[in-house]
Amino acid sequence: MRTIRRLVEDLGERALRFTRELGSMSLLAGQTFYHAVTPPFYLRLMVAQMDHIAVQSVSIVAVAGTFVGLVLALQTTYGLARFGAKGTVGIIVGLSMIRELGPVVTAILVGGRVGSGFTAELGSMKVTEQIEALRALGVSPIKRLVVPRVLVTMLSLPLLTIIANALGILGGMLISQHEFNVPHRVYYNGVTQYVRLADMLDGLGKTVVFGFIIGVVGCYNGLTTRGGTEGLGSATTRTVVTSALTIFISDFFLTKFFWWLEGW
Amino acid sequence: MSAGPDVFVAAPDPAAAAGEAPALELRDVHKRFEGHEVIRGVSLAIRPREAMTIIGGSGAGKSVLLRLMIGLIKPDAGRILVEGQDIVPLRERELLHVRRQLGMIFQGSALFDSMSVGDNVAFALREHTTWDEERIRARVREVLDMVGLGNVEGMDPAELSGGMRKRVAVARAVALPPRILFYDEPTTGLDPSNVEKVVELIMDLKSRLGVTSIVVTHDMPAALKLSDRVAMLHTGRIAAMGTPQEILASQESLIRDFMAGRVEA
Repeated sequence: MRTIRRLVEDLGERALRFTRELGSMSLLAGQTFYHAVTPPFYLRLMVAQMDHIAVQSVSIVAVAGTFVGLVLALQTTYGLARFGAKGTVGIIVGLSMIRELGPVVTAILVGGRVGSGFTAELGSMKVTEQIEALRALGVSPIKRLVVPRVLVTMLSLPLLTIIANALGILGGMLISQHEFNVPHRVYYNGVTQYVRLADMLDGLGKTVVFGFIIGVVGCYNGLTTRGGTEGLGSATTRTVVTSALTIFISDFFLTKFFWWLEGW
Repeated sequence: MSAGPDVFVAAPDPAAAAGEAPALELRDVHKRFEGHEVIRGVSLAIRPREAMTIIGGSGAGKSVLLRLMIGLIKPDAGRILVEGQDIVPLRERELLHVRRQLGMIFQGSALFDSMSVGDNVAFALREHTTWDEERIRARVREVLDMVGLGNVEGMDPAELSGGMRKRVAVARAVALPPRILFYDEPTTGLDPSNVEKVVELIMDLKSRLGVTSIVVTHDMPAALKLSDRVAMLHTGRIAAMGTPQEILASQESLIRDFMAGRVEA
């Protein structure tokens, strides 16, 4: 009886903690939005973040995008060849990359690299009282630290996704031609004729939301870091796990939402 | 509810005696963390240009009290008046505005490690003034000179000693002249010669800038040297208050125990 009671209490406590965290994170999201649309605007800080978030992520996103395209083309053409439909590989790779894999893979990578970086940076500022020092100097940490990071992540993710998509589709074309003798013109025509603008907007629209999630989760975990360097380590891990899970879960709902927008 | 010191009050509130509005006033302030009441009904009035030191053992609630005074945390009950304005009902946006008139020196200095010393000192000037870069640089040099540091503008905070970092933190806090300066354990972690320098700097700034100084420390010799009045915080309450001479002459067991290092957290 006591074990069951303890179990129920533990579950209740976890549920309460989760609800509290969700509430605090939503509050931070709301404050971020408010500060993003009210002056002053830290454009110089945004440019610096652009280098850190976008430019320095190009190489990993390019490598990941290329290899996702390569393996996707390999697996797809292998399957399609059984039905004599390997000529349609361009359509499948193009749609898969643009609508789903490009956005999600890019978001997961950037979430791991950039989101955890936000947590580490803001968390170390928190434990060394630099966040409080900002407030004591009359400056909002949300405006100065959170807004530039969230906005630039929202702006960078679509650009990085375009790179991943382009390289993935190109990789798919190369492997289809070399391994399965699918002429590159057939592959190219498949991509250009069947991938619509709506598909691209659907994929890129999702990445803007993913960018917001990565930025808010990374900054929230940094700003709420407790317990010195050990707390900093667990906060960073929490960011990687939370942002990855939130990306996967929100991806489903966003896909449904964009389908609804497209009239499906 | 406790309205004042429990054990010993030697000095009456000088602000009230002089008929002058206090620079900062706490009225029956309470603060609780996770069910534990850290501040239990503190009332305190600090007059303009006064140097008030709050002493107490570890965990007495000194740093919490300082953060309440500057509005970094909100009390559960009570009023906190900064130059007559109650800051408790203010929102963070309004508090940011109030804090521009206050300066805080954190225990670990809290310098921004992504910026040079010069940029740290210039921070408030760049944020809150429309001064051109030349004027900002001149002011940075002026305040760094004031705290006895020259040619450190281009250095990173990590390259400085603890005492130098503390002085840079003071320079950053006074770059935009404050009305009230708050010091959180300003002498902790410093060697004796740096302790002496920081104490002299606090006294010098008080006379030179005419600011109200509120110092939180467990360093009794420093407290006695730099203060006009000393308040002792014990288990979340002001247990005693008086001038340094009155504190020194006090026969109250709590004060004697604290001075003898027998007050535990």
